[in-house]
Amino acid sequence: MSFGHYIEVGKMDELGRMDSPMHRLDARVKTLTTIAFIVTVMSFSRYEVAALMPFFIYPFTLMAVGRIPPGYIVRKLLIASPFALAVGIFNPMLDQRVMGSLGSHDISGGWMSFASIVIRFSLTVSAALTLVACTGIHRLCAGLERMGLPRVFAVQLCLLYRYLFVIVDEALRMRRGVEMRSMGRRTLRFSTYVSLIGHLLLRAMDRAQRVYQAMVSRGFAGQFRVMRPTVVRWNDVAFMVGWAVFFAAARVWDIPTAIGNLLVGGVA
Amino acid sequence: MSHPMIEARNLCFVYPDGTRALQSVSFRIGPGESVGIIGCNGAGKSTLLLHLNGYLTPTGGEMRLSEVPITRQTVAMARRAVGLVFQDSDDQLFMATVSEDVAFGPLNLGLTDDEIERRVKAALDRVGVAHLRDRPPHKLSGGEKRSVAIATVLAMEPDILVMDEPSSNLDPRARRRLIELLRSFEHTRIIATHDLEMVVEVCSRVIVLDGGTVVADGPTREILNDEVLMIAHGLERPHILRHLHPH
Repeated sequence: MSFGHYIEVGKMDELGRMDSPMHRLDARVKTLTTIAFIVTVMSFSRYEVAALMPFFIYPFTLMAVGRIPPGYIVRKLLIASPFALAVGIFNPMLDQRVMGSLGSHDISGGWMSFASIVIRFSLTVSAALTLVACTGIHRLCAGLERMGLPRVFAVQLCLLYRYLFVIVDEALRMRRGVEMRSMGRRTLRFSTYVSLIGHLLLRAMDRAQRVYQAMVSRGFAGQFRVMRPTVVRWNDVAFMVGWAVFFAAARVWDIPTAIGNLLVGGVA
Repeated sequence: MSHPMIEARNLCFVYPDGTRALQSVSFRIGPGESVGIIGCNGAGKSTLLLHLNGYLTPTGGEMRLSEVPITRQTVAMARRAVGLVFQDSDDQLFMATVSEDVAFGPLNLGLTDDEIERRVKAALDRVGVAHLRDRPPHKLSGGEKRSVAIATVLAMEPDILVMDEPSSNLDPRARRRLIELLRSFEHTRIIATHDLEMVVEVCSRVIVLDGGTVVADGPTREILNDEVLMIAHGLERPHILRHLHPH
């Protein structure tokens, strides 16, 4: 049984190979739109929470049209979430100025900025994950290269992703080997860890060397090629322009507050 | 398919750590020949195979393909002509789907999309795994992986097929299918293996390596029946020959 049965690394490839209107869009167009999305989201002030909400429409639309299961993206998001939590966790203690209120509770600036960090993290990371899931890493790298990213970086990115399989595979085999002989002890001595990590490096390097031999034997000369590279059509342009207009509108106008005022105003 | 000759002339190879893996190895393998490279572990089989398509450059002597020495200038030609199937199929399959993996070599040859598609289909059909084309390689069984690994090399349309332990880790039925497949090829075949029973069925000639040198080179049955020679070099006389030539 291979490691693929344990973890979901291969799932991203499966999703990337599916066929949907979102998958058929040009990789460059999707990449540029996602970069525009990330830049817009990051450009808000540090205490902004409400105005960020409309931006969830972008990743959710991509998931819905691309038929990417949201549960999968959310699980990946949770794996990466400790980084965002670590960045923002001290804000509520450091910044205690009252910035707003929720019912009768005062909300400090620290909590506002913490919430803002978590929301921005969720938005940007889910958009990036969805981009990979509805494009496929090879098309994405080829698209980046055609956009002018130096080839060496595009190939590095592709190989980095490919070798993930290699290192996880070797690590799982070694762990199994250790567990078989550790007689139920859960913890390892420090010296054992050191030796394991050293071996993991050497084994992964050997394995990577053999994969490279196989690639070179089949004519690999430093460039990943893709069959039938996509061309930019009118619907690609419509996709990019449409979203750009939405991002600009959501950046300039605080849509949730405007809707809130409209409703409250209507009641009053 | 052209029919090149492959030749080693006093081939020597020393690894950077000082291990002398090959010492003055010489042989000529003609068009369409099927040759088994046998020898105990560490005899130099895998090192020799990596010279056949120019992955390793000899530290002494030379490899020649159709009378042309394999050098830095001619290595692209050698890799097109000599297809290498690796011992561990997992090392050979690294793309997201079977068809992408088979297309990897032809794409690097700079062929047209239609020609690539034709070759992918032909190669998968040839090894009988056309139904696997959209599956991810890492989820296939060992036998399926081996077939796909062979298809990735066939799609390059090489003249010479070089295989490292093609029958290892296969169940009896998958091994039998592999043997039939290898027998059906018209390519020059060079097969490094410990599976001596398979050598008897597939190869008409064997080269015995020991300590990095050629200790015997000749017709399969003659050499594998030489019990003294076989045992002296860490091998044994295959059972299949005992049955065919009872004492």
